[in-house]
Amino acid sequence: MRINLSSVPVDDQAKALRFYTEMLGFQKKHDIPMGEHRWLTVVSPEDPDGVELALEPDEHPAVKPFKSALVEDGIPFTSFAVRDIAAEHKRLESLGVRFTQPPVDYGTVIAAVLDDTCGNLIMIAQETPKS
Amino acid sequence: MDDLYRAIADPTRRAILDELVERDGQSLFELCGRLTMKHGIGSSRQAISQHLEVLESAGLVIVRREGRYKFHWFNGEPLRAITKRWPTNGLRS
Repeated sequence: MRINLSSVPVDDQAKALRFYTEMLGFQKKHDIPMGEHRWLTVVSPEDPDGVELALEPDEHPAVKPFKSALVEDGIPFTSFAVRDIAAEHKRLESLGVRFTQPPVDYGTVIAAVLDDTCGNLIMIAQETPKS
Repeated sequence: MDDLYRAIADPTRRAILDELVERDGQSLFELCGRLTMKHGIGSSRQAISQHLEVLESAGLVIVRREGRYKFHWFNGEPLRAITKRWPTNGLRS
């Protein structure tokens, strides 16, 4: 068994695709019409055959209150790995991305939290070599 | 006044204030992460939330909503009451 897919619940798939590709820099992998919505996934250009991230509609009534509660407390829904978090933070901020947490050094990892504009907070994290 | 002394009597609450002085305007998530990683405080988010309520009722922490986010800010103003009562400039002249 292996993990090949993860997902984030988004309030608008078209908007999410723009944010996750144009801002975060992922690539569209699958885009299959499924009635009202799409089976829509993105991958990292660093690993195009790797784990896919599905941008899933958040229309179930339980999802929005759950997302709001997480956002209120600043809790990220998921996390992506970056090589240089200072550079990514600067790049994304200059694109107008809102961070609820600037890079914070936790010892083994430096992590920041951003708003994906689709109702989620997302962590970006850089592992730091153990000294 | 009792609220103030009770609020700063607890080491976890003092650590929360330390972290807010280092960077003001933190989410609950950021605060909990800092307390765990930097102070070895493994309290639950729920427990930290309750500590924040005590600090808020003493006026030492101000909670502000910004859109859908909630941030915590340090407010040192109530501490003035302490030095007003016991001046720090040595013997009273």
